[in-house]
Amino acid sequence: MARLIVMGGGVSGHTAATFAKKWLGNEHEVVVVTPNSQWNWIPSNIWVGVGQMNKEDVVFPLAPVYEKAGIDYRQAKAISIHPYGNKQSDKEYITIEYTGQGKEGQTEELTYDYLINATGPKLNFDATPGLGDGKGQMGSNTVSVCTADHAVHANLELQQIFEKAKKGERQKILVGTGHGMCTCQGAAFEYIFNIEHEAKKAGVRDMLDIKWISNESFLGDFGMGGLHMKVGGYVVSSKLFAESLFSERDVPWLIGAHVSKVEKGKAHYELLDGTTGVEEFDFAMLIPPFAGVGFKAYDKEGEDMTDVIFAPNGFMKVDAKYDAGAYENWKASDWPRTYQNPTFKNMFACGIAFAPPHLISKPASSVNGTPINPTPPRTGMPSGIIGKAVAHSVCDMIKNGAENAHLHEASMAEMGAACVASAGKGLTTGTAAAMTVYPVVPDFEKYPGTGRDTDYTFGEIGLAGHWIKHILHHLFIYKAKLKPGWTLIPE
Amino acid sequence: MAKKEEENFAKKDQFTLTMIPSGFARKMRTCVIWQFIRFIAINIKMLVVVSKSH
Ligand SMILES: Cc1cc2nc3c(=O)[nH]c(=O)nc-3n(C[C@H](O)[C@H](O)[C@H](O)COP(=O)(O)OP(=O)(O)OC[C@H]3O[C@@H](n4cnc5c(N)ncnc54)[C@H](O)[C@@H]3O)c2cc1C
Repeated sequence: MARLIVMGGGVSGHTAATFAKKWLGNEHEVVVVTPNSQWNWIPSNIWVGVGQMNKEDVVFPLAPVYEKAGIDYRQAKAISIHPYGNKQSDKEYITIEYTGQGKEGQTEELTYDYLINATGPKLNFDATPGLGDGKGQMGSNTVSVCTADHAVHANLELQQIFEKAKKGERQKILVGTGHGMCTCQGAAFEYIFNIEHEAKKAGVRDMLDIKWISNESFLGDFGMGGLHMKVGGYVVSSKLFAESLFSERDVPWLIGAHVSKVEKGKAHYELLDGTTGVEEFDFAMLIPPFAGVGFKAYDKEGEDMTDVIFAPNGFMKVDAKYDAGAYENWKASDWPRTYQNPTFKNMFACGIAFAPPHLISKPASSVNGTPINPTPPRTGMPSGIIGKAVAHSVCDMIKNGAENAHLHEASMAEMGAACVASAGKGLTTGTAAAMTVYPVVPDFEKYPGTGRDTDYTFGEIGLAGHWIKHILHHLFIYKAKLKPGWTLIPE
Repeated sequence: MAKKEEENFAKKDQFTLTMIPSGFARKMRTCVIWQFIRFIAINIKMLVVVSKSH
């Protein structure tokens, strides 16, 4: 009997673990180690952050689902990896620290035959002074929608702003990225337009100044170097669409901005041209930069070998080309295909946890040398697809032997992504921007010009996107609960 | 008199060089019949992208 441990029960890890268990059956063991007791459909946190959904609508308890599936669930944080075992045994293991199940604070060693790292991002608030609390958590100057609890808190703060606006006090709202190296601009984009929509509904839009601040070098970059869409006989850059949308909703933008410090009501920033400034606010939602969750790895003697397995940013090294060099040399083929760790063939990473080879957007830094560019997004669809591919590879390795197994491939340069950014939640009011991009990582050899297939890269605004967002919300929660037919729902 | 849909575009210098959706384009975004057709079309496109990605 082989044991697969999946670290992280989010979008990618949950997909990997549930498919692995389905394919492996009871002959082999699948263990999920994740600190949360509930699964969260993160994209719908946006609606929680504007009071259109409750926390309960976007989460469900993991224990019954894993029990039904026959998955060994440990509500714990993985702490360290020991791929050579220790002085007593050659068997590879990880250490975990429980966060629930009545064993809070207890540590344990879990041996493994295969290991999948799907621990997503560490929300690195402390990278920007004042954005974090100095202890690794979100500070009190801004809000976030990255977790369901953050979103609940964001909505409480937002409602106070609306109340003040109703009383005739002009309020300033700032939304965007809280550091020069952030990703996830799409989430902030969705949040700002949901706020704008709710403000109109509440009759307070005229009392609000709503502003966007981000590290993108142009509006509509989204960490993907932007995208081109066919419209009216032209192939049009997302920059034009984004600028039009922001103008239409009276939302000015500050781009190429590294937020260097946050204080109560003030965001200090540096721009690409080296100038600095301060943006004042009454309410700010600034996405923190992401890093790996900070695992340690040790050899048999207990010596630190973290840098063998992890890149300096804490993400796990996989089969990517990490020495591609300057932007001019970047190729689609630099991106990983199997997500197998190059040193340890029984170790994989999926979702946000893998180390990308480089950015997707063109690198940029201010004249003072501060890097100000979006890091690559790994949204829900790629995270799910990669999780499934990695599970498939591990299952083949277990069943056919590591040497004979076929490793499944899921390169982000050959994969699309579908994204819907809502603005409002009603079925007949509000609008959404529905987008697909193919491939996520542009391939300028295959698609000279825009780097993408413009037949499958498109975007449009309308109610239809709203309906799709609603359907996706219910479909993905249904799938994650492993309800009948769950395997038929694509990632 | 300025058309309603164009009003915001004069509010900031930053906005003046952008595309302005026409009143018709804006109406179609919330026209249920048209959006139902787009719903089908977008779903088909998304399904193609999903199938090309697996
Ligand atoms: C507000 C917001 C809105 C978004 N909207 C969209 C959208 O509309 N469409 C879209 O495609 N994508 C969206 N995304 C992105 C999407 O949520 C991510 O792509 C996806 O969650 C990544 O999956 P993951 O499994 O890599 O990470 P996660 O889903 O974050 O899962 C990581 C898991 O690992 C666990 N973990 C952390 N540390 C440890 C540890 N030490 N040991 C064990 N487990 C650990 C975490 O608790 C978590 O359960 C959004 C993101 C945000 C923040």
